[in-house]
Formats: sequence, structure tokens, C-alpha cells
Amino acid sequence: MKPIDLVKLAERDLDLRRSYKYRINVCCSSGCLPFGAEDVLKAFEQAIKEYGVEKDCKVARTGCVGTCSVGPAVVVEPGDYLYQSVTPENAREIVKEHIIKGTPIKSMLYRNESFFKKQRRLILRNAGKIDPYNIEDYIAMGGYSALMKCLTSMTPKAVIDEVMASGLRGRGGAGFLTGQKWTFVARASGNPKYIIANLDEGDPGVFANRTLAEADPHAIIEGMLIAAYAIGAEKGYIYIRAEYPLAITTLKKALDQANSLNLVGENILETSFNFSIDLRLGAGAFVAGEETAILASIEGQRATPRPRPPYPATSGLWGKPTLIQNVETLANIPIIINNGGAWFAGIGTPKCSGTKCFSLTGKINSPGLIEVPMGTTLREVVYEIGNGIPNNRKFKAVLVGGPSGGCLPEEQIDLPIDYESLTKVGAIMGSGGIVVIDDQSCMVDTAKFFTDFCVDESCGKCVPCRVGLTKIKEIFERIMRGEGRMEDMNLLEELGNYIREASLCGLGQTAPNPVLTTLRYFKNEYVEHISQKKCSAGKCFQKNEEG
Amino acid sequence: MNLENKPRVATVWLSGCSGCHMSFLDQDERLINIAAKVQFVYSPIMDVKVFPENVDVTLVEGAVANEEQLELLKQVRERTKILISLGDCAVTGNVTGLRNTVQNSVESTLKKAFIETADVNGQIPNEVPKILKQTVPLHEIVKVDYYIPGCPPSADTINYVLTELLAGRTPNMENRSKYG
Amino acid sequence: MGIGVIKLKINEQEVISREGDTILKAAKEHGITIPTLCDLDGLSNFGGCRLCLVEVKGSPKLFPACTTPVSNGMEVITDSERLKKYRKMAIELILSERIHVCSVCVANNNCELQDLANKLGVDHVNFKRDWNTHDLDTTHEFLVIDRNRCILCTRCIRVCDEVEGVHVLDLKNRGKDTEVIIDLDDQWGVSKICTSCRKCAKVCPVGAIYVEGQPISQTRDKKIAEFVLTRRQS
Ligand SMILES: Cc1cc2nc3c(=O)[nH]c(=O)nc-3n(C[C@H](O)[C@H](O)[C@H](O)COP(=O)(O)O)c2cc1C
Ligand code: SF4
Ligand code: FES
Repeated sequence: MKPIDLVKLAERDLDLRRSYKYRINVCCSSGCLPFGAEDVLKAFEQAIKEYGVEKDCKVARTGCVGTCSVGPAVVVEPGDYLYQSVTPENAREIVKEHIIKGTPIKSMLYRNESFFKKQRRLILRNAGKIDPYNIEDYIAMGGYSALMKCLTSMTPKAVIDEVMASGLRGRGGAGFLTGQKWTFVARASGNPKYIIANLDEGDPGVFANRTLAEADPHAIIEGMLIAAYAIGAEKGYIYIRAEYPLAITTLKKALDQANSLNLVGENILETSFNFSIDLRLGAGAFVAGEETAILASIEGQRATPRPRPPYPATSGLWGKPTLIQNVETLANIPIIINNGGAWFAGIGTPKCSGTKCFSLTGKINSPGLIEVPMGTTLREVVYEIGNGIPNNRKFKAVLVGGPSGGCLPEEQIDLPIDYESLTKVGAIMGSGGIVVIDDQSCMVDTAKFFTDFCVDESCGKCVPCRVGLTKIKEIFERIMRGEGRMEDMNLLEELGNYIREASLCGLGQTAPNPVLTTLRYFKNEYVEHISQKKCSAGKCFQKNEEG
Repeated sequence: MNLENKPRVATVWLSGCSGCHMSFLDQDERLINIAAKVQFVYSPIMDVKVFPENVDVTLVEGAVANEEQLELLKQVRERTKILISLGDCAVTGNVTGLRNTVQNSVESTLKKAFIETADVNGQIPNEVPKILKQTVPLHEIVKVDYYIPGCPPSADTINYVLTELLAGRTPNMENRSKYG
Repeated sequence: MGIGVIKLKINEQEVISREGDTILKAAKEHGITIPTLCDLDGLSNFGGCRLCLVEVKGSPKLFPACTTPVSNGMEVITDSERLKKYRKMAIELILSERIHVCSVCVANNNCELQDLANKLGVDHVNFKRDWNTHDLDTTHEFLVIDRNRCILCTRCIRVCDEVEGVHVLDLKNRGKDTEVIIDLDDQWGVSKICTSCRKCAKVCPVGAIYVEGQPISQTRDKKIAEFVLTRRQS
């Protein structure tokens, strides 16, 4: 395919899309599938056939719109009417009332209007709007035009400069400047060079990367291609969690289609640019998402981290320069190329540009997948987008950054979400998990829960993380048995600081965050547990009382 | 000689082999110096039945293995200003702690000691103090001020620690502690 | 200054080193000791014990001396109060992890862990010791692995793989359940690959792998890996 053919294809597909008066997007992502999304999709297809409106109305399988708790979600265009908890019976009704008569069924629409108001959907721009199994849908929305722009009118250096100008930082947790990383790999000597798209997403309760892959797989692929062109890589791997079957299927299909359109492979768009992509399934551990553990895993070894330096940029896969990038980071790339780095830098905050996806869960009225500009406050996320705490309960804390994030109290709720602000208060961006905790939860119990997770997930290589976390767990168990000592709080803090500063990889370096932040912001609960053997939230000491 | 103003020193023997006390005695002639400076108020080698009040320094050998020792240690702590864990058993559990590696260590230990290895009429006695679920080092029960590890600790180290303490200094165990 | 020569400071002392060398090597060459446990000359870097952590002026982070390369103008501090505290903490954690009872151990007085505990003044362990047992394998003709004493430094695994070249030993499980295994978690006695070269026993810093009936002082040979490596290169 020549570049001009891509343009033609895009025009044709867009025309096709516009030829329909209505478009019914049925979310068939992992969130909606368990609610029966496939049946709903079939019901819609059947209904438009029965009503004979196939020419006016297109029914499409799509990815997620973000409102996963009220699935299956169905969006009717134009107007983006979002129907919630749709059943096959509802489907017929919607076709009858909305498509035929033109009157949306108000009672079935998603109720929280503010859910989308504060969001800015760049990465998720296509999520819920295109059919992820159909590359033409992506192309119609301007897909692969950024790649074409790079290949036909930009030097690799110009591409890196644009990414540099955007100020984009890695979305996998550490927030390293993406443009800088590209420069390192581009400059590194050694051939071939590799790219790894990190889709391991091992944090419990986090599903942003999965959703992205299920909704818009080509955005990831296009990002990889542009990165490959910029740094001179020939081979890419998408390292994906094996527990994500739908995302795997989606990416496989997308890669096949991209291959057959010559968007991946050799002489891409009839230029001299070659880049092939393979999937690699994750080793089933949280730590396997750490970049050096991924290297080991792809090389066929135990997925354990190794010390850096050498950094993957100079010595990665099989000792060759390797760019490892989170998939969300990559999905930003086409947007930056199409709109310019300066435009992107204008979104979010000066030090932290762009948007970020978050998995919003816990005690919240409207949980789901959201995307907000960097710098949005926790209050906006919890009270406006998330619509507050259910059952008139009181807000107690919010855990930001997944299992090794920090538990932030009410006083911190006006904190803007960006890397530096979060780190300052003891939390992390992590992979973008936000868990809201209400007054029915015990913070000691919460800290224990997340510590237990990290104990299970520690790879066991380094002493602070392997043994230190186990000791923290044992101290918690002692406190929960009613045998805690006042010195234990000090011991927890000393251990926590040691593990944070001395561990080899990010897992150990962040694992004490829940303990340290709850000690910092909720010390009174520890004191209560230890000195009075009491838990005001009524969570702990239950067994003791019964038996 | 005015005994009243001299520091009151005690030594206690819990679950240990008495090797630490042997090492204590191995201070030999240096003991005479120490004896001149202190007043011994309680020790397995003295005939004192009850642990006295107002003790300045107590050296405790051995881990805590049974309820009697548990009570005694708590009493020692209440009545002592400076409590020293003497030897690996007191500091880590050591050999006496090895029974902790066995499942149901209370029953199996008693059975091994009183039935399987008995020459005649093996039976588990009731009159001995009840043994604890696990043998534990002193600092898991009470606050310990100083530690002298070693199996046994050398007489030199014991002497160093005592001399420092009697001179009102804090002993520094770097390069001095010696496990095993 | 010649190409590849690096000038840095360790504990205020001017030190000349080579590009690509680690802080640990530079320190050693100038008679500055940094405690280590997993590191062994001649084997690949592991970076697991975290005893060798040092401070570098201008960074709040700690750096493992065994894997961090020297750079010009670097100012390294190897013995601050924080580092002393953390090293003691590391030893305490290792001692509390498995059943380390020096008085009944084959390696008593020939043990790097015991030595470090003594040197660093670890006079007690602030954490509850774990007395749960781990597997002991005595099925090999003369090599014994007592996992109750293993500190997971992986020296044995690395020497078996990188120097002897057979990779009989490896790890299974993760986190606190990690164990050194033989072949695919078989008994040592049935391993057809093990060449019985004893290198694992020679490099074990504690008494976890040893030759039955032989005093550790005779078995131990910390230089074996580097010796073979040097011979191979020449
Ligand atoms: C324990 C651990 C787990 C990680 N898991 C992931 C993950 O699932 N996905 C991811 O993108 N990055 C993960 N990371 C971060 C990666 O190591 C790496 O920083 C990231 O993939 C780099 O991409 P970025 O610059 O685009 O963020 C993890 C890090 C640690 C320490
Ligand atoms: S910090 Fe934990 S997960 Fe990371 S290398 Fe150390 S033991 Fe492994
Ligand atoms: S010697 Fe450097 S981490 Fe073990």
C-alpha cells in the first residue's frame, strides 16, 4: 500500500461511516462481556434487520466507554446517547424508539452526567466509537495518518524533537521523559534495536491498559511504529498479561490486519522502513511488568528484575538497545505527531503534560475508566466524575497508585494529580489505580491487605523486599492478634523506610507506601489497634470476639 | 567496706546449658576486681531463693522455655535497671530454640524427653513447669538493654561489657559480638 | 588523564579507577572495605543482598557498590550512620528469615553471614525469627544442601551455570517461598547432569551447601570463579 492509498482508504471508510444516519456502538470489552454484551450485540443486529433499517443504522462492536459498572453499555450516535445495563429486550426497544421514532429512551440513559464533563478523552478518543476488530474503522478516524506523516515528511530526529517538545512522560509509573528515552536508544550503539510495549498491567483493580488494547489496539501499534521509525528499531514485542484473553485476541487480529495492509512488516507504506511486531504473553506475576524483568521473561528466563545500569536503552533484549514503553505512553504518540508537541504540552500542567487514564474503583458511585488532564484534583475525580461516596457514607481516604500507592486522607483531596505532587505526599502515579475508601474501612487493615499482596508478588531476589515485607506482614498479624506493641509503629516505619530505600526494583521501593502513608495520616488507628485492641471501623478482631 | 553504695549485680539461668555462666567464671582473676566493685545479690551459684528488689545489673543466660521462666524473667525485668541478654540462647533461642522447628513441639519434646529416651517407667511428669509453645529469646518477652551473643560469649567480652557499664559507659559491640 | 581513567572520591579519599569498573572494585583496590554477601569475583552481578549499598553525594538514593559503575567526579560515602543502620537491618532480616543457629552449624566460624553479623555489631535480631523448616537433601554422594541455612544469594546457581557451565541449580517459586532447586526440582542424588564439581560448596557463603564430612575451611574457595575465568581468558 502506498501512502496515497491510505488516504483513499481513510476517505472511503469515513464516507461509509457518514452514510449511516445512526450508529449503535455496543461495548464488548471485558467489563461488559460478563453482563451479556455479546447477546445484546446480536439482539441489536437482529432488531435492525427486522425493522429493515440496516441501511440507516450501523451496529458495531466496540471497546469500552468507561462506565464498566453499569454494563452492557451502548452508545447511539449522533449525540452520544449512552444507555446503561442494556438487555437484549431493551435492544429492540431502543431500535424502535430511538432509531425508528427518533426519541431516545430517557429512563434507560446513563444517569451521571458529570462523569464525562471533567474528562478529556485523547487516548480513549476512539474507545467505544470504533470496532477494534476492524482496522478500517481506525483508519476512518484518522488512524495511521501520523505514521504516514512521519514516514513521508519527517526525519527520525524531527519525530523525537516533536515528542521531546510535547513533554510526554512515561505512563507506566516512573514518569520518565519519553523523548529523552528515545534519544538514548536512538544514540545507543548496537543492532538490531528493539521496542517493547508494556501491557503487563499486574496491579489488582487496574484495567486501563487492557481497556485501551481492547478498544483501540491500533493506537498502540501505530505508536510503536512511530517510535521504531524514530529510534531505528526493527523488531517490536507487545508484552501482554496472559490473563487478558480478549485483549490478546484483539491485538492479534489488529496485527494481522495491519500486516495485510503492509502497515507492519517490510517496506511499510512502500518506504524502506521495516518493523515487525510479535506478542509475548506475560509470566503471570506483578513484577514481570518491571522493565528488566520483562527483558528476562522475553529471553526465556525467570522474570526477575536485575540491577540498572546497564539500562535497557543501552543493553536490553539480548544485550541490544531496547526501548520499553507503556502502551498508554505509546497511544499518545500519534496524537502528538498529528497535533504537534507544543499543542500537547498545553494540556495538563507545565511539568506534566497531557492526560492520564485512571481506573476508578472502591466506594464510589460511578466507578469506571476515566481519562483526565494531568493536574485534575482528586476532589474532581472523586466527587464530580465519580459522583461521590454511595450510601451517604463519609469519605475516609483514597489510595492512589495501586497496591504500592499511598493512602491519602481528606486533607489531601485538593491535591492535583501529577507525578511530583503525588510523590510529595507519599503516593505514586503507578499505573493509575484510584481506590476510594469510606469510613467503614479500617486503614490498618487496608495497609495490611496491600502489604500481603506485595509479599506474595515479591520476586524474592533482594533482601529488603523479600524479607522486610514478610516481617511487616508478621507485625501486622501480631497487631491483629491483639499482641501489638507500641514500638511496632516505630519498627514498621523503620522497616518501611529501609525497604523503600534499599530495594532493587520499583516493587520494593514502593511497596511500603501504604504502610508509611497510613502511619503518617492515620496513626490514631494504629494506636487504637495496639493499645485498646479495638477497631473503630469494626473490621479487625472479629474472630477473637466470636471465639 | 560499705556494701550499700555498690551496684547490685545478679545473674540468672534460664534455658541454657550453663556455659555462659562458665564463661562468666572464666573471667578468672578479673572477677576479683569486679567483686570488689559490686555486690552480688542473686545467682545460680548463690543460695538466694527469691530474686531481690533494686538490682542494678542482671545478666540472664538462656532462652525462655517454660512458664516458670516466663514469670521469673518478668520479675527480673521489674526489679532490674539494666538487663543483659547473655549468650546465644538468651539472644536468639539458639539450641534451645531448635525444638521450635518441630510441629507440635510441646508434645513431641515432652515425649522425646520423658518417654522415648527414658530407661524405665517413662512418663510425662505433671510437677515440672508447663513448657511454652515456642522457646523464645528474652527480648521477645521483655525489654533488654544490652546483648552479649556467643555460644558461649567469651569471658573477655563479658568482662568488657561489665567494665564499661560499671564505668558508666555504653559498650560498643561492633567487632565484639560473636554468634556461635 | 588517559582514556578510560576515572577519578573519584571514596570517603574523601582520592581514588583512580578504570571506566566500567564498579564502585566496589575501585574501593577494594584502595583498601576500602564495603561489606558484601551475594557478590563474588568472577560471577555475574546479582545485586540481591543490598549490603554493599553506598551513598553518592548529590543523590538521595542509595547505590549498590557491586553493580554501580564509577564515574568522574563521583563522591562516594561507604559508612554513614544510615548505611550502618541499614546494613545491620539487612543482616538482622537474613538472620530472622531461616534457621540460623551458629553453634550447631557446619559453617560455624567459617561463615560470611556470621562474620558480618559480628563485624557490624548485630548483637541481636529485632524481628521474630522464623523457625519453619525447609528441605534438606542428602541424596548426593557427598554434597549436601540444607535449605534451612540458605540466604538465596544465588552464588551456587551462578557458579554452576557460568563457570561449570551445567546449570544444575536454579530457583523455584518467588518471594519468601523462593528455594534453590536441583534440576527440575529433583533430588540431588538422581541428577544426571551434576558433575559433582563441588564449586557450589566452594562458594556458598554460609553452611547451606557443603561436602559431607569435610570441614568447611577445607571446602571453601572464594577465588574459584575468578581463577577459572582468568585461566579461560588467557
Ligand atoms: C513491579 C513493577 C511492575 C511494573 N508493571 C508495569 C506494567 O504493568 N506496565 C507498565 O507499563 N509498566 C510497569 N512498570 C514500569 C516499567 O518498569 C517501566 O518503567 C515502564 O514500562 C516504562 O514505560 P514508560 O516510560 O512508558 O512508563 C512496572 C514497574 C515495577 C517496578
Ligand atoms: S524489590 Fe522485590 S520484586 Fe524487586 S528485585 Fe527486590 S525482591 Fe524482587
Ligand atoms: S554485594 Fe552488592 S547487593 Fe549483594
